[in-house]
Amino acid sequence: MFTSVDDVSARLAETGYLASPAVATTVFLADRLGKPLLVEGPAGVGKTELAKAVAQVAGARLIRLQCYEGVDESRALYEWNHAKQLLRISAGRDESWDETRTDIFGEEFLLPRPLLTAIRGDDPKVLLIDETDKADVEVEGLLLEVLSDFQVTVPELGTVTATRRPFVVLTSNATRELSEALRRRCLFLHIGFPDAELERRIVRLRVPGIDAALAESVVRVVGALRAMDLRKVPSVAETIDWARTLLALGAATLDETVVRDSLGVILKHQDDIQKAAAKLDLDAV
Amino acid sequence: MSAVADADLAARLTGLVDALRSHGVRIGTGETVDAARAVEVLGLADRELLREGLAATLLRGAAQRPVFDAVFDLYFPRRVGAPEGEPGGRDDLRERLAAALADDDAGLMGRLAVEAVDGFGGYGSSPASDGWSSHRTLERLRPQTLLARVRDEVRGRDGGAGFGDRLLEDEIRRRIEEFRRMVAVEARRRVAERRGRDEIARRAVAPTADRVDFLFAGQDRLAELRRSVQPLARKLATRLAARRRRAARGSIDLRRTLRGSLSTGGVPMRPVLRRRRPARPELVLLCDVSGSVSGFSDFTMLLVQALHDQFAKVRVFAFVNRVDEVTGLLVRGAADAEGLGTRIRDEATLTGWHGSSDYGMALGEFAERYADAVGPRTTVFVLGDARTNMGDPNLAAVRELVRRARRVHWLNPEQRSRWGTGDSAAPEYAELVEMHECRNVRQLNALVGRLLPV
Repeated sequence: MFTSVDDVSARLAETGYLASPAVATTVFLADRLGKPLLVEGPAGVGKTELAKAVAQVAGARLIRLQCYEGVDESRALYEWNHAKQLLRISAGRDESWDETRTDIFGEEFLLPRPLLTAIRGDDPKVLLIDETDKADVEVEGLLLEVLSDFQVTVPELGTVTATRRPFVVLTSNATRELSEALRRRCLFLHIGFPDAELERRIVRLRVPGIDAALAESVVRVVGALRAMDLRKVPSVAETIDWARTLLALGAATLDETVVRDSLGVILKHQDDIQKAAAKLDLDAV
Repeated sequence: MSAVADADLAARLTGLVDALRSHGVRIGTGETVDAARAVEVLGLADRELLREGLAATLLRGAAQRPVFDAVFDLYFPRRVGAPEGEPGGRDDLRERLAAALADDDAGLMGRLAVEAVDGFGGYGSSPASDGWSSHRTLERLRPQTLLARVRDEVRGRDGGAGFGDRLLEDEIRRRIEEFRRMVAVEARRRVAERRGRDEIARRAVAPTADRVDFLFAGQDRLAELRRSVQPLARKLATRLAARRRRAARGSIDLRRTLRGSLSTGGVPMRPVLRRRRPARPELVLLCDVSGSVSGFSDFTMLLVQALHDQFAKVRVFAFVNRVDEVTGLLVRGAADAEGLGTRIRDEATLTGWHGSSDYGMALGEFAERYADAVGPRTTVFVLGDARTNMGDPNLAAVRELVRRARRVHWLNPEQRSRWGTGDSAAPEYAELVEMHECRNVRQLNALVGRLLPV
């Protein structure tokens, strides 16, 4: 898919995703070694975006499995279409039992869910397993077979093995420690907050029309906020939101009033706002 | 690549893996093979790519990254030997460092760190005892004194106007901190060249935060730990919930099993299990907050506070030589964890005539004033090093506590081998209550997960 790490950065940048060297290297390795990629990091640093960007670059279909508490086999892997099976049975009343039985457990009555979909077929695919930590531990067991051998066993049909391996991205916010077995099958990537230079570029790319000097001050203030001990430090998504807000307000430069009035865009807790205001020497908010 | 170079690379890679393992990073053979494949794919031309590639294949969590970076710098150093050219004088170096800080030029700062260690970091003259010290380098160079100068220089450049100006000092401080880190890395590399990488990688690389002893953790490490309270609490809550589910499956209820068996002709096909009454346990925390162990107590209090919704009632008491309830302070203090310790010592009455800890007095006062806090459903955790400053350990009060409470556990942040040395009354207390060694977050995590009542 990619020829070099620089190639990864360049092509991801074309889709509007500016990758840090760490991200580009790991994506390149995941592609070359054919291993799934486990991405961890705070909310809003572009974990899900990464999968979308890779899909766009590779011209692949993005298949997404959104995990939540209680997601199970029939939501993740496959399900039999019971209604259709019943219709089939009642449509062929005259048939013998053997004919009917083999018939209703065929491809036609199978409802493939994301994991199975990602494995079947020859077109390139990117499988995104989002917020893996939200799923129950049992689902991780389910993922093991898929992620290590890229195959799924359906008792009535046999084992389906991928003819073309999908590029797999798992994301996690680390609300729960994923099992060692799952981690061992993946390449690990922690996306932290980008450095100032990269963040400036991200802001200027995502908020076209913003003045270079304003982008720089925005990134500087956000950097200072991240160094404070806040309950929820602002993420890249908040930086972009703030830049958009400032643009909409028509602020050409940052000054005390503007920052004070728009601090709520980047900080989501009242405690945090007060603390930040005190540290930035703003008047009472 | 020639066979010799290949063999050298393999040895270097396994050396790196061994060093990481000795720091508690669990790496299997499969990962090592993956790492070698990553090296093959990425090549050795770009060191930063190599670093990221190895990190992706070998690590399993972000907490392992600092250890990895330090070890990587030793096994794949940026350069070998001393820098070329004559080292400049101290003033000259400071001059150039100020310029680099003002420009925020990380590359130049790195080169200056190399020069600085070479010029000022060496000590000793005999081959057995000489080495390179970051402390010595920084002592001579004193980069922190450049702050005002760099600030004025940057201000002079852009006129000191604009909102960014008020952030300037902190930014420069962070750059100086970064330079100090660079000097430490460079000094370690020079020492490793002399003494052998493997040994330095094992000894001189700081352990991951969860393996740092509470008693020896510095301010920054404690801050790092405080930030890990919330995720840790979430994990523990999941584990408690799982234990609770398992515990709910109790013994067989004979009466209801027989009643159910009537429908199958008196043959008990489905055993009915006795349902446990969902009683949420109560928790009492008794914390020594005197200077020696305050880091440990603060951390544990915050952790228990973060877990409070798992229990019917949590009450926290702090003591030095007198005891006072701090539950309220803690509930309000969760937002500002940094100042918690100070506020507890300011607002609660913890000391009598003197300021050193006295377990006997404090335990006696607790038994007297707060007897109603402890009942048959209460589990008590005592946190402290059991150093009584030669006072009476007041074992009678502990016996009374054990009699009233459901369970009493004592978490001691001191190494087990030091219990009973000097003024420690740990062995005496350990005869009455279960005492556990709890030196770092890793141990605390395991203990809390195991000992908390469900």
